[in-house]
Amino acid sequence: MLIELVWAIKMRARLLKYLVFPVLFFAVAAHAEVFEQTLHNGLKVIVKEDHRAPVVVQQVWYRAGSMDERTGTTGIAHVLEHMMFKGTKSVPVGEFSKRIAAAGGRENAFTSYDYTAYFQQLHKSRLPLAMQLESDRMHNLSLSDAEFGKEIKVVMEERRMRTDDEPQALLSEKLMAAAYQEHPYQHPVIGWMNDLLTLSAGDARAWYGLWYAPNNATLVVAGDVKASEVFALAQRYYGDIPARKLPARKNFSEPPQLGVKRIVVKAPAQLPRLVMAYHAPVLRDPAQDWQPYALEVLAGVLDGNESARLNKALVREQQLASSVGAGYDSTSRGPGMFMLEGTPSEGKSVAELEAGLRAQLAQLVQDGVSEDELKRVKAQVTASEVYKRDSVFYQAMQIGQLESIGLSYKAIPLMLQKLQAVTAQQVQEVAREFIKDDNLTVAVLDPQPLSGEHKHVRGGASHAH
Amino acid sequence: MHTKIAAAVLVFSGALFFSGTAFATPKIQHWQAPSGARVYFVEDHDLPILDVAADFAAGSSFDTAEKAGLAGLTHGLLDLGAEGLSEDEIARNLADIGAQMGGRFDADRSGMSLRTLSSAVERDQALNILARVLQRPLFPENVLAREKTRLIAGLKEAETKPESIAGKAFGKAVFGTHPYGLSSEVASVGKIQRADIEAFYRVHYFAQAAVISIMGDVTRAEAEAIAQQLTGQLPQSGDAGSIPLVTMQINASEQRIAHPATQSHILIGVPGMARNDPDYFPLYVGNYILGGGGFVSRLMLEVREKRGMAYNIYSYFVPTRQPGVFQIGLQTKKEQADEALQLVRATLREFIAKGPTAKELQAAKQNIIGGFPLRIDSNKKILEYLSVIGFYGLPLTYLDDFTGKVDKVSVAQIHDAFRRRINPDAMATVIVGAPKVGNPQPPSGGAELTPPDGKEPGDKTEHGQ
Repeated sequence: MLIELVWAIKMRARLLKYLVFPVLFFAVAAHAEVFEQTLHNGLKVIVKEDHRAPVVVQQVWYRAGSMDERTGTTGIAHVLEHMMFKGTKSVPVGEFSKRIAAAGGRENAFTSYDYTAYFQQLHKSRLPLAMQLESDRMHNLSLSDAEFGKEIKVVMEERRMRTDDEPQALLSEKLMAAAYQEHPYQHPVIGWMNDLLTLSAGDARAWYGLWYAPNNATLVVAGDVKASEVFALAQRYYGDIPARKLPARKNFSEPPQLGVKRIVVKAPAQLPRLVMAYHAPVLRDPAQDWQPYALEVLAGVLDGNESARLNKALVREQQLASSVGAGYDSTSRGPGMFMLEGTPSEGKSVAELEAGLRAQLAQLVQDGVSEDELKRVKAQVTASEVYKRDSVFYQAMQIGQLESIGLSYKAIPLMLQKLQAVTAQQVQEVAREFIKDDNLTVAVLDPQPLSGEHKHVRGGASHAH
Repeated sequence: MHTKIAAAVLVFSGALFFSGTAFATPKIQHWQAPSGARVYFVEDHDLPILDVAADFAAGSSFDTAEKAGLAGLTHGLLDLGAEGLSEDEIARNLADIGAQMGGRFDADRSGMSLRTLSSAVERDQALNILARVLQRPLFPENVLAREKTRLIAGLKEAETKPESIAGKAFGKAVFGTHPYGLSSEVASVGKIQRADIEAFYRVHYFAQAAVISIMGDVTRAEAEAIAQQLTGQLPQSGDAGSIPLVTMQINASEQRIAHPATQSHILIGVPGMARNDPDYFPLYVGNYILGGGGFVSRLMLEVREKRGMAYNIYSYFVPTRQPGVFQIGLQTKKEQADEALQLVRATLREFIAKGPTAKELQAAKQNIIGGFPLRIDSNKKILEYLSVIGFYGLPLTYLDDFTGKVDKVSVAQIHDAFRRRINPDAMATVIVGAPKVGNPQPPSGGAELTPPDGKEPGDKTEHGQ
């Protein structure tokens, strides 16, 4: 059971998220293999047929992530994800995992800012079992006080492991807390430690009651299956679960940032680290929007391969950094961010690295990008689209993700076309518009000696803006 | 990719489960190229993708303590400059066609892999680059200097991370001065000169030592030409030397190393088994029951599910040329580290003393056999198997035999194999971030034990844990 560290993933995601199934020229064929039906209770069922191997993946995506939480109970979306493995009225604690294992299956779940998802990968003949178990826990979860008491400790250990003892993760957490003033992206998906300490089984029951309903979920099945058979199975296992009235979602915005913010995080480490995060738009209307596509290409021009601008200039030529990166994700429920990051070389300061990164962006804004750079980024997108077809799991992931953030898998071919149509001028324009100080939060990791007198910074501690 | 799948009739109930299971496996073609390289090929035209890997016996176990890091640097520099191609040209030319070059490096193996579109233009350009990288690397002096600096910065950073500190001390405790226990040090990397790298390359990268794995959309004739193209310019023969024998019996040891982290990182282990080990299957299946089987292993149940004491708890064998490590690991909050350690030891002791139950063994077989199709459901996974089969000289029928070998394992065999291999009274234990008990020791030099992908290739899930 894991937290999808969206922030970290954003830095790595680069072009990968466009690597869905249909590339332009494959679009027609591949698209035809996706089928969709909505059950009477509102559960949307999407099937991607892929007959290369006798396996199937089932994923259930709930449109409830940490951004739907409230202050004081941060982390509850992820805690509930853990509790989903802790038994129902008819399937005792531990049985879910045992039965999936006995069927030769692999299973897990992940929580992000935007959604919570559960999956099983199995031989195609075992899909009914996976559906039986997954549909059961959609509405029959036990959520006992005793199991909650044990599992919350596991989650606290997870937080210690992933964040409190990981200086870079700590830096990311505090960066998000500083960059967002109003939007709930300011809270970490795993929750603040102080909230974890006070969460109760009642909080978990309340969360489950609010969001776990067929009309708040998307069921994605991909693999060696027939869509018609999957729809029949879905109707049989999920069809009788009653729909529920969902709470109104608060439409959070993020007020304009009126000047640069800077934070420093002290933690035991050797190397300093710099992250620069700029507020940026995300995709809302795949047909009309153009800036998110241009920002994707910008990230590719800066950091799409080892000889792209940042690595070539700052790591290889100037040797100002031992590593650098750029990242942007155009698809999310909440607001977006364009990130630059890096670790200075020994003997170079964070300030020098920041100046180096700024110089790269300034040069791009002034001189634009070359046609070669543009073509290179687009070629990588095209190829990655084909590579994506080697993984049934990620094909399903992409569908679930887009559906859960309010876009549609049907927009994928269009999104790819739009990406291919991005011009050099558009890349220059988004760099000019969004990479500016009024939009910027800078976070610096200030490394501390292991045995020093410093106080270890724990999760939940306040930060300076 | 697997066209004969439909022929496999699966019976998933009761006693028939094992005897009735037959999964179609990819047909592996094998030959020796004129260069002397051994070639493993699966022809599959479902996707317009070609995957290629080249592996050499040139892993970190060929390092000496004095210049530890030499093998890794040699590997790392392969694609940073080759005859007629600067490092930037290599990266750019690959990106231009959307090809992806990757490396893999562990105690035994040094390998490069390539994924490209299979259409002629892309494929030829990608293979030309890989051919030059493998056969005509330049190891430019200025690139070496830069990469050494970056590596040293990384090593210094690792010295502050509890998991790295633990891994290093643990490797030394398990393997003593054997090269499997070696780790790169700031000082040893500092001594490496270009002449060392050239000499290492000359000794270890020759055609007869090469294993070429080819998966995907090419014909047999094309595959034959590719294998020769990638190895024909290498010296045909050479003497890479052999890895010394591992001392299997070790003395009990326990190191407690101070660290400000909130969690203790605990490692317990001994030398375990080799890839060609006669006990491979009993140990592999037994370990699934002990600590390998996701949410249903004994260690997971005792430490996490029953008591909530850890998020991450596992055991695994690293099956290498010589016996690699058997390792149990967990992270738990500092205050309860000793309690967790006692619990893990008691669980292990009980398992060694009594072996698994018949029921546990049945459940393990159901998972490993029933989940077999998931191990070979993508070109990427099959390529990984080709390379393991080729490198370790496993039978070409390895995949065909896999489920049968698992099915034949008995409770008595597991009990016997574990008792012979693992003496709970003579194991190495390392606790980093230890509670203040015993004699805290400063982090000492030792081994960075990076388990190469320890397990069966197919054990890797697509989604972490």
